[in-house]
Amino acid sequence: MIKLDINKELQAATGTMTLRLNLNIESGQLITLYGPSGVGKTSTLRMISGLMQPDSGQICVEDETWFDAENKINWSPQKRKVGYVFQDYALFPHMTVLENLNFAKAKNQTNSSISDLIEIMELGQLQNRKPESLSGGQKQRVALARALVQKPKILLLDEPLAALDSAIRHKLQGFLKTVHQEFQLTTILISHDVGEIVKLADHVYQLEEGKILKQGTPETIFIEQNLSGKFKFTGEVLKIQQEEIIGIVTVRIHTDVVKVVVQHEEASKLAIGDQVLVVSKAFTPLLYKIEVSI
Amino acid sequence: MNWEPLLLTFKLALFTTVILIVIGVPIAYWLSNTKSRIKPVLETLVSMPLVLPPTVLGFYFLMVFSPNNTFGNWLDEWLDVKLVFSFSGLVIASVIYSLPFMIHPIQSGLSGISRSITEASFVMGKSKWETLLKVQLPQIKPALLTGIVLSFAHTVGEFGVVLMIGGNIPGKTKVASIAIYDEVEALNYDAANFYSFVLFAITFCILLAVYLVNGNHFKHFWK
Repeated sequence: MIKLDINKELQAATGTMTLRLNLNIESGQLITLYGPSGVGKTSTLRMISGLMQPDSGQICVEDETWFDAENKINWSPQKRKVGYVFQDYALFPHMTVLENLNFAKAKNQTNSSISDLIEIMELGQLQNRKPESLSGGQKQRVALARALVQKPKILLLDEPLAALDSAIRHKLQGFLKTVHQEFQLTTILISHDVGEIVKLADHVYQLEEGKILKQGTPETIFIEQNLSGKFKFTGEVLKIQQEEIIGIVTVRIHTDVVKVVVQHEEASKLAIGDQVLVVSKAFTPLLYKIEVSI
Repeated sequence: MNWEPLLLTFKLALFTTVILIVIGVPIAYWLSNTKSRIKPVLETLVSMPLVLPPTVLGFYFLMVFSPNNTFGNWLDEWLDVKLVFSFSGLVIASVIYSLPFMIHPIQSGLSGISRSITEASFVMGKSKWETLLKVQLPQIKPALLTGIVLSFAHTVGEFGVVLMIGGNIPGKTKVASIAIYDEVEALNYDAANFYSFVLFAITFCILLAVYLVNGNHFKHFWK
């Protein structure tokens, strides 16, 4: 069980913002922090790992108190021993993959855990290569393996897959899932990718301006509202044509342009540039798989 | 030919460089990490030898270390150390004179390492000391090499400071640059040319080696 109750004044792009979070995370769960840039997601991970100090509050992990402003407890990052995968991977460039993993070892740790990780993360072929010669996805696997070497109590993942293309991202989501099932680690994942969240997370916290806007299972947050078979899109009117019997309105929805047939009087209420809602009831929508070449 | 001034020059440069590594790394580390208000003051002091005429530095060293003054007198009476017109005085003056040449490259090297790399080491439970030794310094080898070589070469080329604080005592403080001046004064152009040519050749080779190594021109030899 991880108890997180933190307050912190942050400098955001729009001025100062107060991050105020109060969460309880069950052991072994994978939770996701979701929300736009600059709402304090990375800062939250930094405070859990001890790299940033909250202004007030408490951080308790199982029976240990890592931070308590009132009782002046603040463990150093060294003592907390979390597993942290940074957005830029932060691999040590002067060490090979194997040396990176060995460096992460605690003083009295044996080599067996490292050989297990190399096997799980399929790093056998890459052991003696330097990070500069690895692809993004390979670096990511090394960073994840390295974060797991010390068997941490919490695994913190800061948008680990954001910089990768969709095919590799898909494969690595599989790795994350395997790792989570294998080690039963309490994991906090920052992600912008709804598909990724639905696939991996037990619970989602949607953040806005430093506060929790919504929380729940990924299904309740992202899917429920769309289950009625109704398609709803917002768009912008580009062109209105009045034909003999009907009117034709051209609407731009994101990058697609569609034509919608309407009654004359409906068309006369619209002007070019208006924001409109395009709604359709589809009982049996068709799905076509898009092939992504790797 | 008298090799003594040349040997003394390189002995001085070697001592100075070794001391500078020992004190330069911690100062550069502090400067690259601190948010302290006195940082600009300290940075200015470190950089002063770049712009100040060496004679000014030498003059103040002479004043401070002179047994006629409080500090020099204290050194003399309590520690029995005489820094004026002695080799140890030369070493101390050279260390301060070459300080920016060691600190600047190391400081910019350390500042250039991405923050997440050092933080990654911290969350793995590694202390600041272990992180510096095993993560940060190995990544800035070119900067370290530049600092070492520039400090060494700069000390070899020193004249004004040495003349002021060391004087011209053969075997003790008469380094090659002073010897050249001395020989020219005495119209011994051959001797002056000998010292000059040796200094020219050696410093050229040292600098060339740095550019070759840092420009990775030797890569195919060890890869």
